[in-house]
This record gives sequence, C-alpha cells and structure tokens, in this order.
Amino acid sequence: MSNTATAQRGTLRIATAGSVDDGKSTLIGRLLHDTKTVFEDQLAAVVKASRRYGDGETNLALLTDGLRAEREQGITIDVAHRYFATPNRSFIVADTPGHAQYTRNMVTGASNADVAIVLVDARHGVLEQTRRHAFIATLLGVKSIVVAVNKMDLVGWDQAEFDCIAKEVTEYVRALPTPVPVTAIPMSALLGDNVVAASVHTPWYDGPPLLDWLEQFDAYPRGEVGGRLHVQRVIRPQGGEFADFRGYAGVVNGGGLAVGDAVTVLPAGTTTTIRAMHRAGKPVESAAAGHAVVIELATKVDVSRGDVLAMATSGTSPIVGEIVDADICWMVEQPLVVGSRWWFKHGSRTGRATVTGIDYHHDLVSLAQEPTHELALNALGHVRLHLSEPIVADRYADNPAGGRMILIDEATNSTAGAAMITAVIG
Amino acid sequence: MSTHTPPVTFGASAGAGFATTHLDALTDEAITIIREVATECENPVLLFSGGKDSAVLLHLAVLAFAPARLPFPVMHVDTGHNFDEVIEYRDRFVSDLGARLVVASVQQSIDSGRVVEDTGPRPSRNRLQSVTLLDALAEHGFDAAFGGGRRDEDKARAKERILSFRDRQGRWDPRQQRPEPWDVLNARIRKGEHLRAFPLSNWTELDIWQYIAVHELPLPTIYYTHTRTVVERDGMLLSVGGPVVAEPHEVPYEAVVRYRTVGDASCTGAIESTAANVYDVIAEVAAARITERGATRADDTFSESAMEDRKREGYF
Repeated sequence: MSNTATAQRGTLRIATAGSVDDGKSTLIGRLLHDTKTVFEDQLAAVVKASRRYGDGETNLALLTDGLRAEREQGITIDVAHRYFATPNRSFIVADTPGHAQYTRNMVTGASNADVAIVLVDARHGVLEQTRRHAFIATLLGVKSIVVAVNKMDLVGWDQAEFDCIAKEVTEYVRALPTPVPVTAIPMSALLGDNVVAASVHTPWYDGPPLLDWLEQFDAYPRGEVGGRLHVQRVIRPQGGEFADFRGYAGVVNGGGLAVGDAVTVLPAGTTTTIRAMHRAGKPVESAAAGHAVVIELATKVDVSRGDVLAMATSGTSPIVGEIVDADICWMVEQPLVVGSRWWFKHGSRTGRATVTGIDYHHDLVSLAQEPTHELALNALGHVRLHLSEPIVADRYADNPAGGRMILIDEATNSTAGAAMITAVIG
Repeated sequence: MSTHTPPVTFGASAGAGFATTHLDALTDEAITIIREVATECENPVLLFSGGKDSAVLLHLAVLAFAPARLPFPVMHVDTGHNFDEVIEYRDRFVSDLGARLVVASVQQSIDSGRVVEDTGPRPSRNRLQSVTLLDALAEHGFDAAFGGGRRDEDKARAKERILSFRDRQGRWDPRQQRPEPWDVLNARIRKGEHLRAFPLSNWTELDIWQYIAVHELPLPTIYYTHTRTVVERDGMLLSVGGPVVAEPHEVPYEAVVRYRTVGDASCTGAIESTAANVYDVIAEVAAARITERGATRADDTFSESAMEDRKREGYF
C-alpha cells in the first residue's frame, strides 16, 4: 500500500512490452496484488468478472484491461496506467497492448518509460512482437530492459529454456542501433514466482525478483548537454502590482538552470542573464531538468513561444535548422511517403513538415536497414523532413526532451508519427 | 482546518511535513499540461465541482499563470442535488482565487426539455450532467475542458490520454484514441470538436491529499468527520434528506462519517470516519482497503463498465 514516506529513489516509470498473451497484464495485476495495491472492491470485481468471462481462476489481467471490449476479447487494446508504491519507491506503470495493430498505443506507453519489461512466453520463445517492442523501447530511450521469461511453470522451470531465451534477447538488443543493458528474470506471473517474492522453483537463478530489481534501479539521467527551456508561454500580468513583470514559462531540460546564468535566446542569438526564477509560484535559485519554471531575464529582449533559452556556457548548444533527419515510428493507416506533408510539433513550436526522403526502414528480424518507398502503419524508419520554419533542437540521443517531435495528419488531426531527431541541418 | 482560502501569494512558500519529491514532479507535470493546453486552445474552461480534485486542479491552474490572472473561466455543472455547503465553498474558493465562475444547470436542461428527469425509485441526476456539460461547452464555444479526473479512480479512466479528443457529439471513442507519445500534446481539432485535458492523470488519491496539506487548501467540511443521519443502501451510507429518501425497510440512524468524494448527493456515499483534519485523512487513505469510487459512488458499482459507458456519452 502507498506510504507517505515513499520516493526516496524517485518515481520509476515502467512500461510492459512483448507479444499478445505473453502475460503483460497478468504480470501487472500480480505486481499490484502482491504489493497490496489492489483494493478489496477491485479484487471482488475481478473475481466476479473472471467467472463471467469463463476464466478458470481469478484473472488478474482484468485489473488493467479496463475497457469492455478488452475484457470480452481477453486482450489489451490501449495502454492502461496504474500506480503503486512500496516503502522505497513510487511506480507509474503503463500496461501496453501486444497486438501489432495497436503498436501506436504501445509507443504511447513506452515513450515516457525509464524501464521496459519485455515479456516472453517460455513455451513460444522470442516472437516478432518481442523484437518490435524491444526495438521501439530502445529507440524511444528506455534506460534498461528487463526480460521477464514468463510461464516458466509450463516448461517445468527448465533452466536451459530460460538461458536460451535470455541469450537470444540479450544478443538482439546488443545489436540494436541504441542498445541498453538487459536483465533476464525467470518467472510465473500467474503464480507469482519471482515477481515480488523469490521463487522456490528456480534455485539455479541467483538474481533478485522483479520488484527488488525495480526498486533498486537507478533511473537518474546522465550525459547532460546544458540547461535549456523551450518557451511555452509568456507570462505578462499587464497591470496591478506586477505590471512590469515578464516571465517565460516552460520545462527545464538537458541540465539545470540557475539565477545568474548567462543564456542565449534562440534562434535570435541574443544573450542575457537569468534574473529570477519561479517554480509553482515560489522563487527558486536553481532548477533541475523536469522542473516547470517561469524565468525572468535581466534585460528586455524579444522572446516568444517557440523560442529556446539555452545556457550560453554549456558544452553543447542546441542546433537551429529547417532540415532534420529522424528515426520515426509510424502510427496511422495512411503511409508516410516522399512528398507527403504533415503538421509538426517540436517543443512549443508548430509548423508544416514535408517528407523529402525515406532513407530506410528497419527490418526487425535481420536488423538490416532496408530501402523503401514508404513507411506503413507500425513501421520504423529513418526519414528526412523539411520544415516550414526553423526549430531549435538537440539530437534525441543527446537530450530526448529537445530531440522529440510529433507529426500530425493534416486531414484528421490524428497524431501520425513519433520522431526522434538524429541530425539537424542548419 | 482554515475555512478561508489563503489567496495564492506569488512568492510565498508553503511548508510540508513529508518528502515532496514525487509530489513536486506531479505538480511540474500538471502545471506544464495546463500551460500548454491553455496556450494552444482558443477558449478553454476548467471544470470545477467543489470536490477535492477540482480544488487542487484550480489551485494548480492559478499557480501555472501567476502572477498573471487565470486566463480562462471555471465552470460548475450543477445537478441541483448539492450539499449546501459545497455551493458556499465553491463561490468562496473560486472568488478568493480570482477566477470567474460559469454555472451550467442540470435543472435548466430538465426545464427546457433537453433531458428527462429519472423518475425511478432512486432518481439520480448524475448521468444527465453529460448533456448539460456538452450543451454548455457548445453554448460558450469552449474548445477544451480541464477536468480533475485521475487514472487511479477507475479502470476506464486508467485508459485516458492526458489530452483526450471528443468528436462533434462529445463522444469518447476508447478504441480510436490518438497516440500520445512523450509530453508533446496534440491540441489540433476541427470546429465543433473539443478536447478534455486531465492534468491530474498521474495523481493518486493520496497525492491529492498531500497537495492539500502542503498548500493548506480549504475544502468543504464534509470531507472531515461529522455526525449525519444516514441510511445504508447497497453497502453505502447515503445522507437522508434532499434527493435521498429513506425507503420503508431502511432505518435512518446517526453515524460519524466523512465524505471521500463529493459529487451528486443522490449517489455519493459517506464513509465511517473520525478523521478530523488533513493529516488524519492522509493516514486513513494510506491504510484504505476499498477504492475511493467503490466506497462512495453508487453510479460506478451499478455495472462493470458504468464509467466507460458514461464517458463515451461525454461525461467528465
């Protein structure tokens, strides 16, 4: 149950991943149940629903499969967010769908995750969706992958089966464009083995159960490029006590910012100093990445929404340019083709983007970069975009907050692509 | 508990009796969402019920733009089945924070024939609110509505996006939600469509109470322990009087209770509690074994997908 003194290690954001029926929702149900996060009325409702849908035992997946269609079909369609806390840490869990057709919803869930838990059914081994999800999760920038080799009870807790799957996923992830550390854990989400409590069935496994691993994981960001702020809004009271107040609101990213820091206003290039800073209405001397602040500048300079304030003295400055190269997850039926036009949104800047090149799409099995004329729904590829106005950006690998962009369908207004910038051509 | 709202003093600092790292991160996230939606949309509104979640939401909204004024109005969808003091609280809290209040009335929707009052044995106006809400959004031309919904409240709410699309009929289609990667919010809509924004999506009931403690927010006193005449119905304690009438087999009695949620009086139950202040409530919530809505909302225990069905029709 939640505890008032949690979060010593900071909140950890987790996303599940893996193929359909590998047990993602059951695992989250098990985590919630065994950390005493499931309330009595929720459990009673799940027991009742399990009977109604003809499930033999209490189906813990029904704790996260909250839509009627999901419960009827026994699948996850859209991401569900759940929350739990142990005395050591608060967790935000995105339970994502396994079906290929709902990959866009998996992207939604995984995009904010520190850790992806990739489930593999021990009987079926690594499937295309296992690879797709591991690929997407690393491309989106999770810091680590846990391979939950699930349903170990159905293969007699056989160490050889586990080792084989663990090795296959580890080698696959190592070969990806953006590899991350991989940890494999043998488990049964249904029975609870190695989820919260260590299993008596895996004496050959000397690692921690899943929850212990998650509690210990260090998700602190590394490799800062220097503080930046994409200006969301200019705060101008226009009258009263604060008539002369002019503040620039946004989220600090890429590093910290402090009062007295010299900052460059981009794309204009003018330089000034931070005179004061406020967070949630309180004055602060400094702010770290992720803090939502209002910045007052020492001199009157022209700054508006879409502009970026960047530490003038940092090692890496953001790049200003109208041409960007990006990895992209495509999420709508209408394919992405050369010449197609979309809205883009990057930071607080919006404009038009024209696709001027598709370099390749990623073959998920061979990991080859295959030439292609279009990116279909759920494809991963690398494209070049010409923008209607310059953006102030970072490479996603250097600073995710400054390197992410969405494409929006001009006709339907649906979010069509999640783009991770690999280069900005100034 | 103070009964007067401490106005948001720009530059004032608030105290806390516990670690607030997680709460500060949730606060940053909520303020960022509020600023972004308010900047991208032409005519947003903040839905305010007088309950604890909307109090936190409104307070965050004021902080998001301080020292400038809140750039959008606040709207209460009034079922007419209110706890009296909630209306007094609403008027005082909204005015103390310097916000402008719009009231959309379910009674007016009934009088004008837009909806038909439920005449069953246990009438509730809860579901009728959706029509009043959608009519009011259209009447005022609001293109985005901030709501205090939280994903931990209900399994259908757990599926919600931060910024959620509603079609021209105000409907939510949970099978066709826009992808929402990262925190890059897509606020593009066509005329007649609208957005619902949920800045408190990732907050739990406990987070809400901790925020209330840190910022010393006043709440309607029915959130704290008091004595009240109730009947027990479907495992819930309903206050007798107003829309709730004791049925022949029900015996009203005096109970020591508080409310865990504040909604339409016809379907909001009290819980037995001696929690007299915000710290008592935090201790109680941390030890609770029943969900907030399961303990207090008759409308959600009615069927397995009650919330999903209402949300599809345009509910909060």
